[in-house]
Amino acid sequence: MAEMISLSINGVSIRVPAGTMVAAAVLIAGETMFRRSVSGEARGPLCGMGVCFECRVTIDEAPHCRSCQIICRDGMKVRTG
Amino acid sequence: MPSAASFDIAVVGAGIVGAACAREFAEAGLRTALIEAEAIGGGATAAGMGHLAVMDDSEAQFALTRYSQVLWKELAAELPAECEYLPCGAMWIAADEEEMAEVHRKQRYYSERGVPVEVLDTSSLADAEPNLRRGMAGALLLKDDSVVYPPCVAQFLVAQAQRDGATLILGRRVMRIDGNTAKLDDGSILFSDNFVLANGSSATSLVRDLQIQPRKGHLVITDRYPRFVRHQIIELGYLKSAHATRADSVAFNVQPRSSGQLLIGSSRQFGNEEAGVDGKIVSAMLQRAFEYMPGLKKLSAIRTWTGFRAATADKLPLIGPSPGRENVYLATGHEGLGITTSLCTAKLLGDLLLRRTPVINIAPYLPDRSYAVHG
Amino acid sequence: MTEARRTVDILVVGAGPAGMAAAVRARESGRGVLVLDDNPAPGGQIWRGGQEHSPSARASSWFAKMAASGAQVIAGARIVDGDAKRQCLTVEMPDSAFEVSYDKLILATGARELFLPFPGWTIPGVMGVGGLQALVKSGLPVTGKRIVVAGSGPLLLAAAAYFRAHGAIVPIVAEQAPVSRLAPFASRLAKHPGKLFQAAALRLALHRSRYRSSCWAIRASETERLESVQLQQHNRVWLEPCEYLAVAYGFISNVELAVLMQCQTGAAGVRVNDLQETSQNQIYCAGECTGIGGVDLSIIEGEIAGYAASGRDDLAGNLFKKRDKARQFAAALESAFALRDELRSLADAGTIICRCEDVTRERLEPMRSWRSAKLQTRCGMGPCQGRICGPILEFLLGLHPESVRPPVFPARVETLLRQEEETRPT
Ligand SMILES: Cc1cc2nc3c(=O)[nH]c(=O)nc-3n(C[C@H](O)[C@H](O)[C@H](O)COP(=O)(O)OP(=O)(O)OC[C@H]3O[C@@H](n4cnc5c(N)ncnc54)[C@H](O)[C@@H]3O)c2cc1C
Ligand SMILES: Cc1cc2nc3c(=O)[nH]c(=O)nc-3n(C[C@H](O)[C@H](O)[C@H](O)COP(=O)(O)OP(=O)(O)OC[C@H]3O[C@@H](n4cnc5c(N)ncnc54)[C@H](O)[C@@H]3O)c2cc1C
Ligand code: FES
Repeated sequence: MAEMISLSINGVSIRVPAGTMVAAAVLIAGETMFRRSVSGEARGPLCGMGVCFECRVTIDEAPHCRSCQIICRDGMKVRTG
Repeated sequence: MPSAASFDIAVVGAGIVGAACAREFAEAGLRTALIEAEAIGGGATAAGMGHLAVMDDSEAQFALTRYSQVLWKELAAELPAECEYLPCGAMWIAADEEEMAEVHRKQRYYSERGVPVEVLDTSSLADAEPNLRRGMAGALLLKDDSVVYPPCVAQFLVAQAQRDGATLILGRRVMRIDGNTAKLDDGSILFSDNFVLANGSSATSLVRDLQIQPRKGHLVITDRYPRFVRHQIIELGYLKSAHATRADSVAFNVQPRSSGQLLIGSSRQFGNEEAGVDGKIVSAMLQRAFEYMPGLKKLSAIRTWTGFRAATADKLPLIGPSPGRENVYLATGHEGLGITTSLCTAKLLGDLLLRRTPVINIAPYLPDRSYAVHG
Repeated sequence: MTEARRTVDILVVGAGPAGMAAAVRARESGRGVLVLDDNPAPGGQIWRGGQEHSPSARASSWFAKMAASGAQVIAGARIVDGDAKRQCLTVEMPDSAFEVSYDKLILATGARELFLPFPGWTIPGVMGVGGLQALVKSGLPVTGKRIVVAGSGPLLLAAAAYFRAHGAIVPIVAEQAPVSRLAPFASRLAKHPGKLFQAAALRLALHRSRYRSSCWAIRASETERLESVQLQQHNRVWLEPCEYLAVAYGFISNVELAVLMQCQTGAAGVRVNDLQETSQNQIYCAGECTGIGGVDLSIIEGEIAGYAASGRDDLAGNLFKKRDKARQFAAALESAFALRDELRSLADAGTIICRCEDVTRERLEPMRSWRSAKLQTRCGMGPCQGRICGPILEFLLGLHPESVRPPVFPARVETLLRQEEETRPT
């Protein structure tokens, strides 16, 4: 069984198997809107491989992080929107 | 085949200067042609920062930039959103007491001439721009300075000119001008009583003995970080950089865009006519920027690019008839201020062509000034 | 700032099948090999997530060869800049950056999916086919989820099979190509050993009822979260409820880094000679960045590049025949899944084309060049740097993207600072 780690997504704490990508964790937490586009549309991951920048979230206060390329760390704080 | 088209005036180049000229002439009722070889606003205009600045190097420079600001304020209300007009003001940063003395001198200079300014001390500067390194001596705030996105302004000015009847000839390069004909790169001929060369440093290919040098600059643009900086911010040391006429130089200059992005500059290089990004000068430029604003380091940079400023020896633009070529007017040599002074350049050329009385004295910008002064 | 400086004999960018094969073969010469990849683990797109997510025998064998080769691999390392003259690249890591100088460089940067816009394609839940697959590989559970798979190419079937194997319901696979092109192609599949295509053949046989040819997605809704997709086949239009729509129209080569390094490109991808050498001295290119050809071709090209870069042209030459065969297959693939004209009119006037800057089709329609489009509408100015909208503009309006400027991926500003003694001009 994979080891579980916990992180918070928009203030709600969840547990996911170690090795889970942040984008997957956000979806597991039930959030589909990762960011608002420049005209205010809801957006979520598109390419899954780090090139489209649609999956950007704020991780530990750093904005514009591509959640599809970053693996969850224990205690990480993720914000969408 | 010679075409039948015939114009009162033909403007070469649809950068911001040519676009402003075409708009001015068409509005005044002249039959106007505007010829652009590549894309509208795609030359230096696309590379520039778009800071609409007042400057005080000389009385002539002050008069030109200040009059330009007045014209920009009038235009601002008409500009569509994509022109990103942002009346953010500019801060000249003094790192130490010596530079602070310069702040006070500038304050007197501008106040005497009715330009709204304010002096900030160490702590009020830290409040106004929290991402600046702590402990700066202070700053001069120029409240009328603002920012635009130049390529869209150029497009807007061209559209206005077209609305007033100007003819846009896009994708054609003017190869030579003889009397009242211009030969284009497809072999066609365009007839016009007068010509305006608004093609930046390429003007040297159409008139002889023109003393203009391309001065290369680099800029870096970041992703969106709204309110990371709130004003156009420039170190006072910039003046030393802008004044150097030989050596490469860099200075700290950062600009907030209405998109929330930041533009980081600036560099000046002579004798480098290659358009590629020069990693060394970018490094020097950024190192300087980090000294003033360490928080920039962690921001995400999206692109770096270069552009060429058309520089003259006395740092003033060339506006007026080309010596020895009565019907060929110059509108070039704007160096690092061509966005700002584009509107004023157009106004002054319109005054000359239509024999109106100009609001400011045009003599310092006339291309034959070197003859007038030295000869 | 770029902190450390490394030097290596042979540098490989990309740890997908091509990069791994190149590294393994190059290491056989005894020369030092370093492999860099942006992903958190080696494997590239098809073997994403490392060995445990790609249990095929071939994947295992290459992971094992890689481990035994002694090539050094750094994952999470993104190349953001480079200088062909100085023979070095700038590498950004999550918390640091370094410069690496090479004697030979092998670019194996792979491909990305081609997305074509239609109303609703920006709604969360509409993803790439490989895109959604990548998310599932990185921990997204899809058990019981309804996933519509659409677009074009053999990946649709492989992905649909993968989603089903992970418990998803795939009500339909919509392939835009007509059956008149697919049938002859399907009969060729049996002769080829590639895993993707075996899977494709299998699914074609097993799930024919759910596999629709001449069928594509025309609209997705609702605005905040995907609820359904409208599909069209011939004259029939219907609504298919779903939680995810996985849609992509094939692949686009990742040529940006090669272009930055001044390698010539052609219509398909980076231009290479027999030895996978580019127009730049000391730079080789292998895999999907030279053109879309599938995993078999990627591996063979990688091996050739690895041999050639380590000075063993004879061994490289032994593989030319094998590569020719794989290339023939790639050509057949391309013609079977050629994109139909109708796809050009899926996006209506108000459909967003550039997702970074939210630029709609009607604003782009009057533009005569990529440069005007960029300057006047901001299309391509966002962080994807035109990777998503560039190929779309090419497909819809025939505009060709302009030259590449550094950084070749968005990078921390400090990464652009070079570590050199005399950075300050006097
Ligand atoms: C890095 C940098 C930062 C800058 N920052 C600022 C700033 O903050 N504020 C400011 O006021 N100024 C700034 N400037 C200066 C400003 O960008 C220029 O002065 C201004 O854009 C000049 O405009 P232009 O129309 O004269 O030239 P260009 O924009 O270069 O236009 C000339 C046009 O002529 C066309 N052309 C050339 N030859 C021919 C021909 N033979 N036939 C037809 N067409 C031709 C070209 O294609 C081009 O479009 C900056 C410049 C640089 C490089
Ligand atoms: C999203 C996606 C999913 C796919 N899924 C399948 C599948 O399920 N089955 C199948 O048969 N085929 C699949 N393919 C096709 C597959 O890409 C090829 O068959 C094969 O994997 C290509 O191998 P490659 O080594 O050329 O490229 P890739 O496997 O794409 O590897 C390229 C690597 O280069 C790295 N890279 C690129 N640029 C940089 C940079 N600047 N800095 C650092 N690293 C960089 C990338 O992170 C990537 O890991 C998929 C393709 C894509 C794009
Ligand atoms: S989903 Fe495209 S960058 Fe993450």
